[in-house]
Amino acid sequence: MLTSLVELTIVGIFVLTLFAVLGLVLVFMERKVSAYMQIRLGPNRVGYKGMAQTLADTIKLLVKEGLTPDGADKFLFNLAPFIVMIGAMLLMAPIPFAKNSQIWDLNIGVLYITAVSSISVIGILMAGWSSNNKYSLLGAMRSGAQIVSYELSAGLAIISIVILTGSLKISDIIASQETGWWLFKGHIPALISFVIFIIAVTAETNRAPFDMAEAESELTAGFHTEYSGMKFALFFLAEYVNIFIVCAIGATLFLGGWMPFHIGNWAGFNHLMDFIPSSIWFFGKTFFLIFVIMWFRWTFPRLRIDQLLNLEWKYLLPIGMFNLLLMTIIAIMGWHF
Amino acid sequence: MGDLIINVGPQHPSTHGVLHLVITLNGETVKKVEPHLGYIHRSIEKMCESLTYRQFIYVTSRMDYLSSHINNHACALVVEKGLQIEVPQRAQYIRVILDELTRLASHQLWWGAMAMDVGAITPFFHAFREREIINDIMEQTCGARLTMNFIVPGGCMYDLHPDFVKRVKDFIVFFKSKLSEYDEMVTNNPIFQARMQNVGSITKENAISYGCSGPVARAAGVVCDVRKLSPYDVYSQVEFTEAIEKEGDCFARYKVRMKEMNESMRIIEQLIDNIPEGEFQAKTKAVLKLPKGDFYSNVETARGDFGVYIISEGGTTPYRIKFRSPGFCNLSALDHMARGNKIGDLVAIMGSLDLVIPDIDR
Repeated sequence: MLTSLVELTIVGIFVLTLFAVLGLVLVFMERKVSAYMQIRLGPNRVGYKGMAQTLADTIKLLVKEGLTPDGADKFLFNLAPFIVMIGAMLLMAPIPFAKNSQIWDLNIGVLYITAVSSISVIGILMAGWSSNNKYSLLGAMRSGAQIVSYELSAGLAIISIVILTGSLKISDIIASQETGWWLFKGHIPALISFVIFIIAVTAETNRAPFDMAEAESELTAGFHTEYSGMKFALFFLAEYVNIFIVCAIGATLFLGGWMPFHIGNWAGFNHLMDFIPSSIWFFGKTFFLIFVIMWFRWTFPRLRIDQLLNLEWKYLLPIGMFNLLLMTIIAIMGWHF
Repeated sequence: MGDLIINVGPQHPSTHGVLHLVITLNGETVKKVEPHLGYIHRSIEKMCESLTYRQFIYVTSRMDYLSSHINNHACALVVEKGLQIEVPQRAQYIRVILDELTRLASHQLWWGAMAMDVGAITPFFHAFREREIINDIMEQTCGARLTMNFIVPGGCMYDLHPDFVKRVKDFIVFFKSKLSEYDEMVTNNPIFQARMQNVGSITKENAISYGCSGPVARAAGVVCDVRKLSPYDVYSQVEFTEAIEKEGDCFARYKVRMKEMNESMRIIEQLIDNIPEGEFQAKTKAVLKLPKGDFYSNVETARGDFGVYIISEGGTTPYRIKFRSPGFCNLSALDHMARGNKIGDLVAIMGSLDLVIPDIDR
């Protein structure tokens, strides 16, 4: 627990820095990963092997003219990127980056995460509406429908892990994975939950193949078409940090967070695995999931909005609910490892 | 909410060229599509009235720039018809091989652009990597990568480069393996199929009534390959099947073009080892004067039936040239195909029509 105001400020600054650095690293990672998948090199001029590219982009966006369209609703137009950003920042609190490195270990950690992640929808709808632009409005409507629908599936997948653990507290969830990650211990239902979770969070963060809202070949840029300069940078950054956060949540719930790869009570093996620092485990797992999500983007075509919603309501949700039932039975009967 | 009227283009990432579409929407459903043309109208037909019969071919390369050899071929055919020129066998073989290579290159670009429109961005780069090989072969033999102007009335402008045969054979072997990769990456992808099947259907009668030709019509079941119906050069001597599908939707058009790529490779394989020795250009006068009258000739470009109609008064320049472009009629069917579909489908339909706007606007 954070005790004094000074400590609060310092931790706050740490979170903001982490936020910024993560944004930089993820944007660069996306560009390099996409480039190598497309038989090209990606940014390699600015800085050593192109690593200062995002920094250069940030500086460019900072000095750019922030244009507000004529008929736009000024208050909402200016407020929208901040809401999206705040939704992403608040989620940094309950995630443990390493052993004993959790900023706020509240007793309803998982509930907090699912609740706060719904705030960014408001920001997106505000952005689309206040831009006074038909394309933005269409994009925002699509995005709003999509995010709200897929939150249900993501929630169901998260709940199935909570059932296995018996607690909403994140540190409890990680501690319960000391004998092995839930993905392996919970076998079939956990695997189904994991797959549903990955699909749902790809949709929640508006990533391809669910990126109808910002489909470049149709609506130019969807709900953030009219944004330029720092406000656009905030949207952009918030999107990538959101990806990091949902992958971090996936890694925490299914892959053990900072817990090294343990197998049951093989004490010797577990002890060996403990040599690798917990922060490396955490970031390794998270970045692996981020890589998978980026892989999706550059492989699959886009789903149409009605196909997207079909997928959620007719397939993912029923499967998720059935899986929840399965998981409950397994938890009660103790049929997991 | 009443009807929303949206302008797509002329500057837009997914209209293939400067096409301005005025779409009337009801929510996400398209009610009417009105193409507004003319953004790249360069008065080519009027320009040709002051160009000689050797010069006007250069301008046609720039119309449907992805099938530039084939466009030039059509012009050469009509002039040869007018002047009763006999084209030597070697030139005929070379012309057909270049045509088929161009068709392959055009379909490769179409494939990349189609996948990109639907959202999968990576195939675009793969398609261009393959296309570069054809461009390099063209550069070595013809001197240019896109607007070749190699086919002239009477035959070809120069002889083939000595490396041509070997490079084409290597390319065919390389590309065959890539086509199966394309199938894995895109054709068999369930998301792609869900985006393309039952989208933008057109019946056979409507396809004929709108004047569609090429893969658009063949996907609806219309037998219309000019290479089979009125063969020119050595097409009557090669064996290839026409790719016909029944459904008339986007996926059928996709399948037709993939099959056409296979058939093109088959044609090239039959011809590449048997190019006869001889002249590459018939002896013609320096200044060509078509006799008085009208002459028409059509060929099968990558987009469809391309026709050249010349009215000559007996001078060195034509009185009037009219180009029948395949894209114009294919575009006219867009409204019919797009009604009732969503905006996302509109993009898929435009990609599957394979429009090149300079061909439509001339």
